[in-house]
Amino acid sequence: MSSQPIIQARDLRKVYHVGEVEVPALRGVDVDAARGEFVAVVGPSGSGKSTLFHILGGLTPPTAGTVRIDDMDLAQMSDSDRTNMRKTTVGFVFQKYNLLPTLTAKDNIEIARNIAGKSGPLDPEFEQLLALLGLTNRLNHKPRAMSGGEQQRVAIARAIVNRPSILLADEPTGNLDTENSNAVLGLLRRLNQQLGQTILMITHNPEAAAFADRIVTMRDGRIV
Amino acid sequence: MVLTLVGLSRGVLDDQKTRARGAGADIVIRPSGSSILGASGNMPAGILRFVQKQPHIRVATGTLIQGTGGLNSITGIDLKTFSEMSGGFRFLEGRPFSGPDEIIVDQYYADQHKLHIGDKIPVWDRQWTIVGIVEPGILAREIVPLDVLQNLTANTNKLTMIYAKLDDPKLTSQVIQELRQKLERYPIYSMEEFVSLYSVNNVPMLREFIIVIIGLGSLIGFLVVFLSMYTAVLERTREIGVLKALGASPEYILGILLRETAVLAVAGSILGILLTYGSSWIINSVIHGSLQQAIVPEWWPIAGAIAIVGAMIGALYPGLKAARQDAIEALSYE
Repeated sequence: MSSQPIIQARDLRKVYHVGEVEVPALRGVDVDAARGEFVAVVGPSGSGKSTLFHILGGLTPPTAGTVRIDDMDLAQMSDSDRTNMRKTTVGFVFQKYNLLPTLTAKDNIEIARNIAGKSGPLDPEFEQLLALLGLTNRLNHKPRAMSGGEQQRVAIARAIVNRPSILLADEPTGNLDTENSNAVLGLLRRLNQQLGQTILMITHNPEAAAFADRIVTMRDGRIV
Repeated sequence: MVLTLVGLSRGVLDDQKTRARGAGADIVIRPSGSSILGASGNMPAGILRFVQKQPHIRVATGTLIQGTGGLNSITGIDLKTFSEMSGGFRFLEGRPFSGPDEIIVDQYYADQHKLHIGDKIPVWDRQWTIVGIVEPGILAREIVPLDVLQNLTANTNKLTMIYAKLDDPKLTSQVIQELRQKLERYPIYSMEEFVSLYSVNNVPMLREFIIVIIGLGSLIGFLVVFLSMYTAVLERTREIGVLKALGASPEYILGILLRETAVLAVAGSILGILLTYGSSWIINSVIHGSLQQAIVPEWWPIAGAIAIVGAMIGALYPGLKAARQDAIEALSYE
């Protein structure tokens, strides 16, 4: 692992405005993740996990503080810069899979490449990865013909097809049964160990968090 | 809708042209101030007798046209002189009229109204007996004796049109010049000039009507696409959020929606063209005697352009709304 953290957040604050009321979601978060590290962020509902996820993924800017992803300062980025960053630097896995329902598994993966400006056939290394994810024979199926576990594996494939620096997973097993949860978590662990993929996973499930190298606990918008 | 309307206009006018040419005349004389499509107005029968005496006129005949409702009309002819000029009707069934209550109709009219020889047609409280069914394309669809129609409609010694055939068609221009000097008040045309008047521009308000219908068609198309795309954007809010999370720019999302709209508009245009064949078949099968719809390929690009431009404008606001959507809100949309 490199000594330079791939994720570095300092005094990260985020305030949402609900009508005329200010709701602080993050109250000064300091968090680092080393390159190739698998970090789990745990905490109760309302602790600020999802807000941290959204800021680290470049989906929303912080209200204050600094956050560097792969040596890029997100706090200084415009909307357009953050959009460009999401194409190749960050990959997302969501609790509800969020596959596009009218596209096949393969097309769901291809559209991520298309958005990143990539074309041509998938490289052999990624083909091997699809085999590792157990998707080789499921690529021409649409999400409605796939189980939850299969859909989440497609979502993982889509998230890493552009070789992102970090993979952000938000409750990736929240909609899965125990067997499929273990399979997905096992795959994330293997991606981390075999490919050196940096992963930051948000979960409130201690068993899921146990798959990570390190567990960060949040409460009331702070790391505890 | 645009193609059907234009096709109907063209079909009706082309049908009128064909039937006018079917009269076999070289020169046509109309009453002053008359309408081309309705063939309205009338002139004294003395004009006909005058024309018949002019040099190079081989035969001249007069007709009286009276509307019977809608686009239908009944035409009175002098069968002898008209047959001499046109070469005569080709009877598919029956015979020429010989009595005051007898009528001949063309095949389209008979087919549309399911009429046969011996059937009666009520017009102006009078029962007309069909005695002949003729091939279409000559002058009119419902034809009765001229004098009977003149008396019945209080138009004794009145004519709506005068047709003249020359002993040498090459002299048409010369004869027209001479007639114009002698009959200054009456519009006089060669047959080619006369049929060229059967155009959209010469039918009162038809051009304006078509423009209004095209405008309405464009507006309806715009509203349908606008509402459809607006609904689609709402339904796909979460998908738009996913695309944004994957790094899709606002331009990328707008591009997807506009391309989808363009494909639908092109497909809709092709479907619309195919539907005009369907409507043409239905109209020509069911009401061929009243209306005819032509297929108008030269209007396909115009109708396509209207559809595509209307659809793109309709998709623009929903597309921009989608492109500007907040990714986090979109991802949490249920």
